Amino acid sequence: MRDQGLLLVLALFFSLAAGLVGCIALMRRMLLAGDVISHLALPGLGLAFAFKVNPLMGGAATLFLGTFLVWQLQKKTGLATEAAIGVVFAAALAIGAAVTPREDLAQSLFGQLERISPAGFLLGLAAVLFVIVSIFLLRDQLSLSIFSTDLAAATGVRIARLDLYFLLLFSLTVLVGLRFMGALLASALIIVPSATARQLTNKLSRFFLLAVVAGLLSVTAGFLLNALVFKLSTAGPMIAILSAVLFSLSLLGRAR
Amino acid sequence: MTNRLLSVTNLSVSFGNREVIHDLGFEVQEGDCVAIIGPNGAGKTVLLKALLRLIPYRGEIRWSAGARLGYVPQKIAADRQLPLSAKDLLAAKARFLNLPATELQEVSSELSLTTELLSTGIGALSGGQFQKVLIAFALLGQPNVLLFDEPTASLDELTEERIYELLHSLQNDRGMTILLVSHDLSIVYRNANMVLCLSKGKTCMGPPKEILTPAMLQELYASPPQYYQHVHERWREGDSGIAQEREKR
Repeated sequence: MRDQGLLLVLALFFSLAAGLVGCIALMRRMLLAGDVISHLALPGLGLAFAFKVNPLMGGAATLFLGTFLVWQLQKKTGLATEAAIGVVFAAALAIGAAVTPREDLAQSLFGQLERISPAGFLLGLAAVLFVIVSIFLLRDQLSLSIFSTDLAAATGVRIARLDLYFLLLFSLTVLVGLRFMGALLASALIIVPSATARQLTNKLSRFFLLAVVAGLLSVTAGFLLNALVFKLSTAGPMIAILSAVLFSLSLLGRAR
Repeated sequence: MTNRLLSVTNLSVSFGNREVIHDLGFEVQEGDCVAIIGPNGAGKTVLLKALLRLIPYRGEIRWSAGARLGYVPQKIAADRQLPLSAKDLLAAKARFLNLPATELQEVSSELSLTTELLSTGIGALSGGQFQKVLIAFALLGQPNVLLFDEPTASLDELTEERIYELLHSLQNDRGMTILLVSHDLSIVYRNANMVLCLSKGKTCMGPPKEILTPAMLQELYASPPQYYQHVHERWREGDSGIAQEREKR
């Protein structure tokens, strides 16, 4: 019961961070990258299993190393972020598959939404709060650079550094999601609420707000529905389904 | 007595093996309106970007202390689907630069940006409205130099006229220095007091009367003389332009 309470709180805060990160990712046209970027953790997870180290540490190490590689690639070659992520993803997946025992692979890709330790909870919460505050502080620079990198740079925004910050925040969100929510739910909470909000507004502040509200609603209603009605072993699928339902409803109120 | 605002020496810009600007040097005085002309691919936009330090270059670009640059780019490849209103964009710059809240209002009223226009998504703005928003964006932060890249490309004549009226008033009322890239030589003749021409391997600088001659244009554009005809026709219309006013002074 305590676990469920902690998980609900973490999931709610996660949906806040995921909603905000998703909004920026949608505007940068890299919404699907979350799914792909999560695989950058694979080689680290595999090596951690092999050397009996905490898998989260191993996963985080290669995830952030991979993120840095993606950033370098796009900076040096001018490749689009999604292309750079694609290249690093392919390599990471292959290395991950080579070093990870098969049964651990599945577990490492799909975290669980049933068990959580107090330390894990606090760590996850701290990471998610860090993402939320960072996006809030960087929101102006991010929107300027999304509109036009030239104009943003002429205004004084340091584009390459900002790109790295955002990629790291994105990866951190994916990492927390991967560990505590599972890959499916993490992706759903990054992608769907922002897409829902985009249907409803052309204004930036409302876009962020609606994405966050859609995420919070999906998590709350998903937990409740699962606890009271469906009683599945994890609330993840219910939350993902509800976020998709909210998206469908948003199509009725499209803003143009 | 005017003060030197910008001095450029031995400026070269290359992309890979291709050198777009080679060993360029010129100076701009405070209050000048310098038109940068030249055929496609001569490096006009590249020059503006180098002056803004948006791209790597060799040589020296020295702005005087206190120069605050505003930039109106030629084209924005902005995603028209972005959930950004005109106000979102202007407010983001104002907040990023810690400008007082009143400045956004002042710039908006100076450019007659209505509340309705400000709350419109950038994707739904007309070409002229979008251009006005870009100019407002450039004016935030009270620049004293405006770098203007083809400000009226793809706009209808009436809107074009309004944009240039605005340019006039910025220069006259605020004493702004303007660097203007333009293809339209009549506009150049009417607005600029100096012309910088860029062409492959050759550059020249001087007052419009000296630079915009048929022979110079023929050499610059290496093309049939329709440019000359065009300019000639519009010269007579341009009697109230800044260039002439300056000559009187």
